[in-house]
Amino acid sequence: MKNPTRRSALALAAVAALTLTGCGSSDPLGGGDTASGSPSGTGGMGGSGGAEPLVIGSQQYYSNEIISELYAQALEAEGYTVQREYQIGQREVYLPEVESGAIDVMPEYSGNLLQYYDAEATATSPTDIHAALAEVLPEGLRPLESAEATDQDSYNVTRQFAEDHSLTSLADLKSVDEPLKVAANSEFETRPYGPEGLKKAYGVDVTVVPVEDSGGPLTVKALVDGDVQLADIYSADPSIETKDLVTLEDPENLILPQNVTPIVSDAVDEAAAAVIEGVNAKLTAEELIGLNRQSVEEQASSADIAKEWLAGQGLS
Amino acid sequence: MNQLWEAVLWCLDPARWTGPSGIAARLLEHLGYTLLAVLIAAAIAVPIGWWVGHTGKGRGAAVAVSGAARALPTLGVLTLAALLLGIGLVAPMTAFVILAIPSILAAAYAGFEAVDRRVIDAARAQGYTGAQVLWQIEVPLGLPVLVGGLRSAALQVVATATLAAYVGAGGLGRYLFLGLKTQDYAMMLGSSLLVVVLALVLDGAFALAGRAAVPRGVTVARRGVTA
Repeated sequence: MKNPTRRSALALAAVAALTLTGCGSSDPLGGGDTASGSPSGTGGMGGSGGAEPLVIGSQQYYSNEIISELYAQALEAEGYTVQREYQIGQREVYLPEVESGAIDVMPEYSGNLLQYYDAEATATSPTDIHAALAEVLPEGLRPLESAEATDQDSYNVTRQFAEDHSLTSLADLKSVDEPLKVAANSEFETRPYGPEGLKKAYGVDVTVVPVEDSGGPLTVKALVDGDVQLADIYSADPSIETKDLVTLEDPENLILPQNVTPIVSDAVDEAAAAVIEGVNAKLTAEELIGLNRQSVEEQASSADIAKEWLAGQGLS
Repeated sequence: MNQLWEAVLWCLDPARWTGPSGIAARLLEHLGYTLLAVLIAAAIAVPIGWWVGHTGKGRGAAVAVSGAARALPTLGVLTLAALLLGIGLVAPMTAFVILAIPSILAAAYAGFEAVDRRVIDAARAQGYTGAQVLWQIEVPLGLPVLVGGLRSAALQVVATATLAAYVGAGGLGRYLFLGLKTQDYAMMLGSSLLVVVLALVLDGAFALAGRAAVPRGVTVARRGVTA
């Protein structure tokens, strides 16, 4: 009884896979045959020759993928051909690809990216960081105008914990006399704003409990359950609001501002850059949280979310 | 090759072995998780498997359940369990126990089924009660097969126990995830090597246990046949 069902499910999956591969392979082929005609035909602004698609990457982070998809669809609306390479790990994995020219557009977060290239960077304001970033980026890469939206690591506590210990900023943690544990990805341990940075800037000792879902539901649950007292959650995560968490202020600028900043290669000409910056101009902090919420709470796909948002902003 | 060598050096650095998050502590945690998962799984699966093997009842259900459990992706089970139970050891342990049960359950009833029916008939003819048949014939004669099941369960769990670190528990997975996320391939490969070594040691131990589990009479008979 079990077997036939499973077998037919397998057969279905196989058929689906075959069909999908069929579509997948016919598309680029078709594109290849007609490429020289089609993009330049439809795209009045496709200035850079049009034959080579612009490769848009994204981190292995749903919100980053949504931003990539915003750029992708906005570029497509202007007649560019784009190729999507989403969910490529963390910075250590995708940056070499960006540097090698395999990826042309990568939505990045300004402060962390600056620290990646220059651990000693002193810039703390968004404008200074952007200027410093333009300096340190390798040959052939440049940052486009940042969005107002930021998405940065942030130390969060539950409302209850904040009230019990009258916490508003990271400096207040010094007066908490119980051992502090922070739930975060394991690489948090090695980041400049991790335990060592916290100790240096605020004199607070914390131990990291590694929960590998990048501030996702497991991390939030660990905090709400009281398994940890602090959690590293990205500031554009809608769960900060829905779970009534308190983000601790950071008067010493331990965590640099992380404005959404696209890093692009020379393959992105001025016209394409203008399209991307047009998207950024509309991307405020609230808009980004709203986009993330659709993914987290409604499980909408990045393509659908981007399509709706761009239409709403008059960008498609 | 160079990376492999760096990984070996990473494993051998004595400074990394000590301390609360040193290799020795993580290795022991990893071994502990594995043994605990196999022990809990055995406590659940062995009685059920024996009952199925002894009575012949519920065999279809046992096959179906263990088959379905084998198909469950462990990371999915672990994430789901952690969303219900919170971070820590309980969620990964649940996932590992579910991973270990099928092999043990199958081995427990298969061991009984492998017992020559004539031996059991002979025992009954001599007046053995059901309990005596179970404890004096089926359990000892089925033991080598059961140990084989425990062996493969332990191997599956020791290789999968790295996932415990995904939800804040320890084990060698801590190095694996940290190495992965920070591009420290020596650490990543080194911790994988340690898992491999641990798996080989466990496998060797179970191989010895499996040999010891063969009842004396059976060994003598086997020798008699081959000699």
